Amino acid sequence: MKITGLRKTLFSRATLRAVIALSVFLVLWEIGSQSKQWLGFTVPWIGQVPAPTAVLKAWVELLSDPGYWQSWYMSTLRVLAGFFAAMLIGIPLGLFMAVNRTFNGLAFPSFEILRPIPPLAWVPASIIFWPTQELSIAFVTFLGAFFTVVINVLGGAKSIDVRFFQSAQSMGSSQWDVFRRVVLPATLPSIVVGSAVGMGITWEVVVAAEMISGGGGGGGSGGGLGFFIWNSYVGGSYEQIVVGMISIGIAGFACSELLRTLGGYFTPWLKKR
Amino acid sequence: MTTDISHGLSATSASVSSKVNAGEITVSNVSKSYGAGLFTKEVIKDCSFTIECNKLTVMIGPSGCGKSTLIRLLAGFEKPTTGDIKLGGKPITGPGRDRLVVFQESALFPWMTTYENIMYGPRARGEDTQENRDQADYLLEKVGLTAFRKKYPPQLSGGMQRRAELARAMINNPEVMILDEPFRGLDCMSKELMWEYYAGLYEESRRTNFFVTTDIDEAIFLADRLLIMSNVPGQVRATIEVDLPRPRRLAFVFDSERANAVKMEALSLLHEEAMKSFTGGSKAAADFVEAYSRRSSKAEAG
Repeated sequence: MKITGLRKTLFSRATLRAVIALSVFLVLWEIGSQSKQWLGFTVPWIGQVPAPTAVLKAWVELLSDPGYWQSWYMSTLRVLAGFFAAMLIGIPLGLFMAVNRTFNGLAFPSFEILRPIPPLAWVPASIIFWPTQELSIAFVTFLGAFFTVVINVLGGAKSIDVRFFQSAQSMGSSQWDVFRRVVLPATLPSIVVGSAVGMGITWEVVVAAEMISGGGGGGGSGGGLGFFIWNSYVGGSYEQIVVGMISIGIAGFACSELLRTLGGYFTPWLKKR
Repeated sequence: MTTDISHGLSATSASVSSKVNAGEITVSNVSKSYGAGLFTKEVIKDCSFTIECNKLTVMIGPSGCGKSTLIRLLAGFEKPTTGDIKLGGKPITGPGRDRLVVFQESALFPWMTTYENIMYGPRARGEDTQENRDQADYLLEKVGLTAFRKKYPPQLSGGMQRRAELARAMINNPEVMILDEPFRGLDCMSKELMWEYYAGLYEESRRTNFFVTTDIDEAIFLADRLLIMSNVPGQVRATIEVDLPRPRRLAFVFDSERANAVKMEALSLLHEEAMKSFTGGSKAAADFVEAYSRRSSKAEAG
């Protein structure tokens, strides 16, 4: 059953479309970058970008470079640290704000003033504030996911249909029971959405934070993917820039996909009818 | 003719049963208004009636006559502005498991399977016993959902959801079941199927039921007692005892002459109400008045 399912996914029309679109994109990119050599004129902008074949060559070389994998490792670690901290603090905070009106009144105004501040604007302050560079990067990453998670959880918990509370109440539910078996599951879909969006933002933020802060303590090898890109730019290795960019794309996609799968597992009632 | 049709306020019947019955609800001189000052809107005014013990009382009235407000008052979600409501002689102060409300449209928890939904009440009270599990299985069978026990509400048809909801309420053995147009929005055929399921459940348990509807056929098929509401501000204008034999089945209820007589009586009472508010300038009653006049002119022609 599982094998046929996999085969169905692999040979579906959607997969075919994805493959065609990606191939066409790569071919056009290759032609654009190579046109100077073949046809004697430069396609603006794309002509300056290394060709996919060159990028692939650089990538294959990097695969055996421990520094490249170290960058992956460092960035992933920072993303996970920031993300899990955001979930750990953000979900209870959002739920508490939703169920307790007094607390919501106290917390919401300052929350709403801090929320629009872009995480990157926090970089200088957090470098000053936190004792190590590593902590300041993790903190900025945390902020990226935190506000999104809180606002999603809060919104989700507040939009629960009042009839759910009324029927739970008239069936004899206690406050705690209503929270555990109504509020929590009703908010789960918003938690899943919030975490998926938050995960995307942490990847955006970690890269920029690494670039600005100079990539943590380890210098070139301990810098993470963001610093890897910056370093490649400074060193004039344009192929490696593109490798770094695509690596981040893959990492972000993998993380979001993982979260979606996990989220689907936690919210089985949302599956297709 | 044994059909007793009393046009007076049913408050009279409250005095008849002065001894206190468990599960009997008495509504006396209840008013409910919303808003303040100039913008006060009185939805229910000086409303009195009794929901008799172990009977199925159906309330029918034009839409927007304060029926849903009345339900919220009976359930205890809101408090009357004046007057009081008593259950078994004790005033209603808030929601409680002695009165269970089945809402318009489905309020099943989408994150729970049919079985988990039905078991919600017992589990909420820490009564996940074998007895209750057996009862849940029995009710699942009774409403024809045994094969769907592990499905989530969005995977069920509209009619199945309503039946699951009935089962979820029944398992709690409430003294009173309050149903707010529970089959609204279903197509005609499914609605009739729901009536049979629901009548079967009621005839077996014979607990006090209060059923609110706008559908005259639904009202007559189900009711032991029929309360007719006036337009806003809502009041009970008349009570009809519907003494059609039970068990009620679609196959014969609507063929019976008595059912038709009750229906005509109820319709003419509703028409009286509609005329009153129509001449009072209400647009809401216009449709009913026109429909009624067309129906009666057809009857004369035929």
